[in-house]
Amino acid sequence: MIPNLDNLPTYDTVGVNERINRFKSRSIKKGAKVVGLKLALSMIDLTTLEGKDTRGKVEQLCYKAMHPHDTLKDIPTVAAICVYPTYVGVAKKALEGSRIQVASVATAFPSGNSPLQVKLDDTRFAVAQGADEIDMVISRGEFLSGNYQYVFDEIAAVKEACGKAHLKVILETGELDTLDNVRKASEIAMYAGADFIKTSTGKIQPAATMEVTYVMFDAIKDFYLKTGKMIGMKPAGGISTSKIALQYLVMLNEVLGEKWMNKDYFRFGASSLANDVLMQLVKAETGRYQSANYFSKD
Amino acid sequence: MSKDTSIFKASWTYADAPESTGHIQLKKRYELFIDGEFVKPVKGKYFDTVNPSNQNKIAAIAEASTEDVDKAVKAANKAFKGWSKLSGKERGKYIFRIARLIQERAREFSVIESLDGGKPIRESRDIDIPLVANHFFYYAGWADKLEYAFPNRKVKPVGVAGQIIPWNFPLLMAAWKIAPALATGNTVVLKPAETTPLTAMKLAEIIQESGLPKGVVNIVTGAGDTGAAIVNHPDIDKIVFTGSTNVGKYIQKAIAGTSKKLTLELGGKGANIIFEDAAIDQAVEGIVNAIFFNQGHVCCAGSRLFVQESVANIVIQKLKDRMETLIVGDPLDKNTDIGAINSSKQLKTIKDYIKIGLNEGCEIYQPDCDLPKKGNWCAPTLFLNVSQSHRIVQEEIFGPVLTIQTFRTVDEVIEKANNSPYGLSAGVWTQKGSKIFNLTQKLNAGVVWANTYNKFDPTSPFGGYKESGFGREGGLHGLKGYVKFED
Repeated sequence: MIPNLDNLPTYDTVGVNERINRFKSRSIKKGAKVVGLKLALSMIDLTTLEGKDTRGKVEQLCYKAMHPHDTLKDIPTVAAICVYPTYVGVAKKALEGSRIQVASVATAFPSGNSPLQVKLDDTRFAVAQGADEIDMVISRGEFLSGNYQYVFDEIAAVKEACGKAHLKVILETGELDTLDNVRKASEIAMYAGADFIKTSTGKIQPAATMEVTYVMFDAIKDFYLKTGKMIGMKPAGGISTSKIALQYLVMLNEVLGEKWMNKDYFRFGASSLANDVLMQLVKAETGRYQSANYFSKD
Repeated sequence: MSKDTSIFKASWTYADAPESTGHIQLKKRYELFIDGEFVKPVKGKYFDTVNPSNQNKIAAIAEASTEDVDKAVKAANKAFKGWSKLSGKERGKYIFRIARLIQERAREFSVIESLDGGKPIRESRDIDIPLVANHFFYYAGWADKLEYAFPNRKVKPVGVAGQIIPWNFPLLMAAWKIAPALATGNTVVLKPAETTPLTAMKLAEIIQESGLPKGVVNIVTGAGDTGAAIVNHPDIDKIVFTGSTNVGKYIQKAIAGTSKKLTLELGGKGANIIFEDAAIDQAVEGIVNAIFFNQGHVCCAGSRLFVQESVANIVIQKLKDRMETLIVGDPLDKNTDIGAINSSKQLKTIKDYIKIGLNEGCEIYQPDCDLPKKGNWCAPTLFLNVSQSHRIVQEEIFGPVLTIQTFRTVDEVIEKANNSPYGLSAGVWTQKGSKIFNLTQKLNAGVVWANTYNKFDPTSPFGGYKESGFGREGGLHGLKGYVKFED
């Protein structure tokens, strides 16, 4: 059932911004920084979503996922690889034997402007290829025209098509205009069966921001208080440095807390973040920064 | 004592991130700043200023006697002749120079403010010191534009201003007092609070460095007796006081029958009002900023919370969750949210009020936080199930203690908010613009914040109604207290 959207909490942009600045002003040093960096690495959905993706590119990325930086000991692997449906099979095979998940975007990513049947087929194909997680996009046009029931039903249908695969619902917050809309879309997605809610496709600017992520955290919190069900969160796009990633983790720590501080409930959708995190980890261990040439670019 | 453990408890603890103190320069002993020189007190008496977070002595501070105050007033009177004749443009140059010097040494000022007063470095660095510089910049700009501030009227400076400031925003209060006084051509005898004199003495060094004519600003340190010597000095033309209502009343009695002008900025018991149509999450943050900012040592603190009954449960739950994440501890740690209580005397006052609240049968809530063993500390505290008739609701506590009441209608909350001897500040949280305008008209408070709290700006006047004082500081209004109109 679609939830009542009339009495949702509202957000004040200025106030949210101020709160974000408090998170950003936290100083993360020494041991706490290393803990944060390792956690960040373990939460990355290493992503390639380009028209020019090839089998070779995906295979190389999968190797990188399993071996982020072999000279560094005691570091985790990333959480998942995120690819288009056509490369799910390739990734699945390349990652065999590892515990890294394969996530696939589906439902006519990134615009979502296709008939429902096409979207469901897209989803079923990815799942059949072995995808463990599906990242779907909502129909922003329907949402913005007020057709919330359509958006809800579509997510519910995709959820069904997912079967055992986890469903991440991309709200594409960069197209939703207001924080109140972000909250509304989060609410629809969670009640329709999302396991994760996700900010962006990475194809629209702005992609993830701490402000929208904060609002989505707040929605997750309220949903948990109402239903007892924990929903995961994935900011994606634009999180390219360790510094930004640590700021997100500070916010996660102080808003949702311990239970959400793991890859089962939080992910970063990012492509270049991993190398920056690795560079910082090497720095923490050796005391000096290495040239970027020492970190593999896959 | 009831303690709830939050469902959303944070697990990642941040490593210590102390601001370094290597760059600050402090003397072992500070003298009085009179007539442009640092001079020993006539009676040779000194007192200690201590770090409230560990009770260690930082420096010895000269105690100004009546004779010292007299010397300072004489110097100010002598300097007044030249300073008041100087063109506004020239006066402005000096004030601009002071502002720039403060900016250059902002980091040092921030650290010393936190060391001496106990406030978190985050606040002294991001709020206090930038505002100090901005106040000097702002009033420097007015110095040569007084004819536009008071169109068609001729103004003259009042003379020598005796300024007595509190310990909660030591340097900021000095800036609030000194900047407009200088811009309008007055000279100054300023007394910082006895627990927080250090940044004022560093300011004296900057004033010396700026080349400001000797005697225009004199800074005398000491406690109540020094203050009384200023208030009762016959050659002072204007008294400006920020502090407790009791002392304010004493000052008003003391100068009755004299020609001294007076500005008082006294206590408060600000009502912070949350309506059901507010952005609840930001309102919760606003509650935190209203009462836990600077350990609640804020005259305009939002210490009386009024929540509309329909959202009371969710607001209180969210507030408790938020309080779990507040970090109480070393004021110099960059991650500290709540620092040390300014003095053991103030800590006792706060603890006494907490006892009173408990004896009155109020329900208390404090988050699970480890307080350091040494020094003056108080956990952020809520009192629930309170009413207007409780003493903790009526009296100013001046600490991190919030009372929470619920209300049902707009009229009810206006009546309750105004039902206080104070009238300094209030906050209104609603997404409805019309409601904001309705309340700002009817709330009897000098400052009403809408959807924010404890925001300060040099351009904005500040001051109270009723027992919160009279006269305005800041903005164009802040010039008025320092000028005489010629007919």
